Amino acid sequence: MKFAVIVFPGSNCDVDLMWAIKDIMGAEAEYVRHDADSLAGFDGVLLPGGFSYGDYLRCGAIARFSAIMSEVIRFAEEGKPVFGTCNGFQILTEAGLLPGVLQRNESLHFISKPVQLTVNNQTAFTSEYTADEVITIPVAHGEGNYYCDEETYAELAANQQIVFRYTENVNGSIHNIAGICNRAGNVLGMMPHPERAVESLLGSDDGKRFFASILKNFGKVPVNG
Amino acid sequence: MYLVKVYVTYKDSVLDPQGEAVKGAVHRLGYQDVASIRIGKYFEIKVAAAAGKTETDVQQEIEAICDKLLANVNMETYRYEISWLEEVSV
Repeated sequence: MKFAVIVFPGSNCDVDLMWAIKDIMGAEAEYVRHDADSLAGFDGVLLPGGFSYGDYLRCGAIARFSAIMSEVIRFAEEGKPVFGTCNGFQILTEAGLLPGVLQRNESLHFISKPVQLTVNNQTAFTSEYTADEVITIPVAHGEGNYYCDEETYAELAANQQIVFRYTENVNGSIHNIAGICNRAGNVLGMMPHPERAVESLLGSDDGKRFFASILKNFGKVPVNG
Repeated sequence: MYLVKVYVTYKDSVLDPQGEAVKGAVHRLGYQDVASIRIGKYFEIKVAAAAGKTETDVQQEIEAICDKLLANVNMETYRYEISWLEEVSV
């Protein structure tokens, strides 16, 4: 299974994602620039954290119009896995691949610390976790306050699309939402960084089973490690 | 040339944490009667008036730009004013 790690001007977690998927998980991966126009040969897309286009206008709003994004949208519509963390999540909501929006944290502070998440393991991205398992994953964001209207929330909840919730609400997100997937279950966005939790040396390796789930459920090759 | 002034603001139902923080500061300045502050964005857009282009055409163009880029309609709303700008010869 071969992954594209998309690099926008201002991405700064692209190397972390590459490390997690390639060096830790042993999958094939390559960087793909924002101005590329093809994802031919790739089986999965990873959108990194950072501050694409300086977060001008709204976070993710300008990255969403990069040349590569129309290809990412097509890729997602084909049912292939697309994962966005942090700024990647913001881009996915701006692109319309996921519902809702990420607002400024309620506290107005940038938060950077490990947080605990409750996992919904009924998705292809989280099948390697146990039901309602509590895991530790770092967050690092100023605009991670998830908002959608109540009608959208009811749909998300009814369709098992709420994948991660904070055990303690760190940023003001409605109903503690930390990560969601689309209706089809192949596009997932989350504010926490599982790619920064893949080695116990770094405080947690709880993120490893996230990538293992992707490889197992979307991949054709056996999971390494 | 048309001059379009676009105002993007949060919907009433959406909490504006920055506006709340500014309101808190205004209260600390002693203006306790300030009941609400909401922060928005302001854009000045100049649109070239090609032959036959009506104000309705400009309206449609501006609304498309707002819906696609300037506002996130999940949480924001927008309004705009169109005026005619005489071109200044340089």
